[in-house]
Amino acid sequence: MAEKKKTCDLFDCGHRACGGCGAALAARLVTQTAGTETIVVNSTGCMEVFSTPYPETAWKVPWIHSLFENASAVASGVEAALKKQGRKEKILIMAGDGATFDIGMITISGAFERGHDFTYICYDNEAYMNTGIQRSGATPYDASTTTSPAGTCSFGNKRPKKDMPAILAAHGAPYVATASIAYPADLRQKVEKAINTPGPCYVQVHAPCCTGWGFEADQTIAIAKLAIETGLWVNFEMVDGTVTKVKKVVRKPVEEYLTTQKRFRHLFKPKRQDAELATIQAIADRNAEKFALDIKLKKE
Amino acid sequence: MMEITEGSHAVAEAVRLCRPQVVSAYPITPQTHIVEALAEFVANCQLDAEYITVENELSALSACIGASAAGSRTYSATTSQGLALMFEVCFNVAGMRLPIIMSIANRALGAPLSIWNDMQDSISLRDAGWLQFYAEDNQEATDLHFIAYKVAEDPAVQLPAFVCFDGFILSHTYEPVDMISQEDVDRFLPKFDPAEKLDAKDPISFGMYATPEYYLEFRYEMDQAQKRAKEVIAKAGKEFGALFNRDYSALVEGYRLDDAETAIVAMGSVCGTVKDAIDELREAGKKVGLLKIRVFRPFPSEEIAQALSKVKRVAVLDKNISLGAKGATVIEVRDAMYGSTIPVKGYVLGLGGRDIRKKDIREIVSLCEKGIGDQFYGLRKELI
Repeated sequence: MAEKKKTCDLFDCGHRACGGCGAALAARLVTQTAGTETIVVNSTGCMEVFSTPYPETAWKVPWIHSLFENASAVASGVEAALKKQGRKEKILIMAGDGATFDIGMITISGAFERGHDFTYICYDNEAYMNTGIQRSGATPYDASTTTSPAGTCSFGNKRPKKDMPAILAAHGAPYVATASIAYPADLRQKVEKAINTPGPCYVQVHAPCCTGWGFEADQTIAIAKLAIETGLWVNFEMVDGTVTKVKKVVRKPVEEYLTTQKRFRHLFKPKRQDAELATIQAIADRNAEKFALDIKLKKE
Repeated sequence: MMEITEGSHAVAEAVRLCRPQVVSAYPITPQTHIVEALAEFVANCQLDAEYITVENELSALSACIGASAAGSRTYSATTSQGLALMFEVCFNVAGMRLPIIMSIANRALGAPLSIWNDMQDSISLRDAGWLQFYAEDNQEATDLHFIAYKVAEDPAVQLPAFVCFDGFILSHTYEPVDMISQEDVDRFLPKFDPAEKLDAKDPISFGMYATPEYYLEFRYEMDQAQKRAKEVIAKAGKEFGALFNRDYSALVEGYRLDDAETAIVAMGSVCGTVKDAIDELREAGKKVGLLKIRVFRPFPSEEIAQALSKVKRVAVLDKNISLGAKGATVIEVRDAMYGSTIPVKGYVLGLGGRDIRKKDIREIVSLCEKGIGDQFYGLRKELI
């Protein structure tokens, strides 16, 4: 009897990501969409490590990893070379939130300002997961990480997420979007738009991390959905700096999202922290107001 | 064609003739004139290259990584603080075996801030895996770029290279330089055609991580490539000599060394001063000679041991210092002469642009004759 043939993607099976890894799913969806005529520039981080232990690679498209902070500069060089050689491959940067929000910030700013033609995918799992769950500029308010631990006099990370999409839109990026692995069709559509828009484009993909956030591997999608349904993550699109599309929701209270993850456990145990929960709810409310998130239900 | 030109402009012209497809650099004194000249060449269609005006040196060299991996001949230039900012990128380039050429207009490192010349910058990166060439004058600085590309891109080497020339002393000095023609450069330097590159037609992964089961062998292979580079440099240098009458086949070069009792070992522009001082000392009856080190990586240990085997004493000049130890050159020259009873003395001098004159060379020869060395030379006693 013939063995059932495994269907593998351009981001191939057999990599070393944790079961339930949101970033691995993002890699698969993004490369499926981008297709074979693509060169991937990957920053140092979880994705780089779980996909390329020498001599094995999960990438079936040309792939290069150099350093943590320089993916945008490497991509600038790839783009310049392709232009000079008259080649047409698309360039895709894959970088985590630490590489994007923090250590790579100067490099990204330079490359976006220069206007190179590439698509930058930030897989945002909201902390340095590869080094063991340290806070980054993308870590949400009150999340407990190993460098922002909740304790007797701390509720965890003291600052809300940095607004990377707005920063890149301010650079004049023609296309900036946020997406989530919980909505693959939307994610694919956005990646496709970004790739087909000339100039530097940015797609920030919410990619839950079961190890870092503290949830069971089969909950990744459910939790990513809850982030959107509570208004703590907003899926939107910006064309030339103007918001053109927002995923509207019938909002749930933020607690429904927070209670699913160990990183927020200290807000409920040993006792409920009402003031902190109110602050987080206010973040979601501000998002709702800014993006007109709420679907108005008809009054009975 | 012979022209009187500034060192930086001569280097820029040499780079133009090498036809890099991608140039990526950031301004820093005293390197800036090179990249300004290249920008002008691109603006006037005299150089058909993409010129990436990056936001700092780390990105300058990172962009070269992308371009080189994608199969384009690539160039950058920097110095001092800029090179220090590239530290991790330099190791990365060599580890990925990308034959990027970078000119270094040698300059001191802060603090205290100094824009003036010494060799602390490139010497501090001696362990990074790059080939390191040092020029005595602007003719050599120019020609070494042709040699560097040819050697770096040779499949037996596949390593990046610094072409170092002294900041201000050479970079901003006008000298006659014989520039070879485009036709001649094309004859000497074949098109860059790497066996492996980022290409959708044949996907490969660059820059994977290596576990302890593999890492050691990667480093070994790089060291082997450095060692093979000696022969490749000799071959390229000889070919250049046959075509253009300037032979760079030797990694070290002697000057009045055959019957010398005292040998001075030096690198870079100071060699010119040393040669003049030697001529005067010889007239005064002192048998002094020079051994110029043109290639510091790969380090020509055997060549140095051989060249210095008949002298009575060796004085090594270092425009750098491994603080708490000694100058890099004297450490390595001594290692090259391990087992020999010839005394080798080191002198750290000229740091941060302090002038080195003929009288200083005479003084060092006399210190060396007395067995005094392994010290800073030329300190202002009133300041310490």
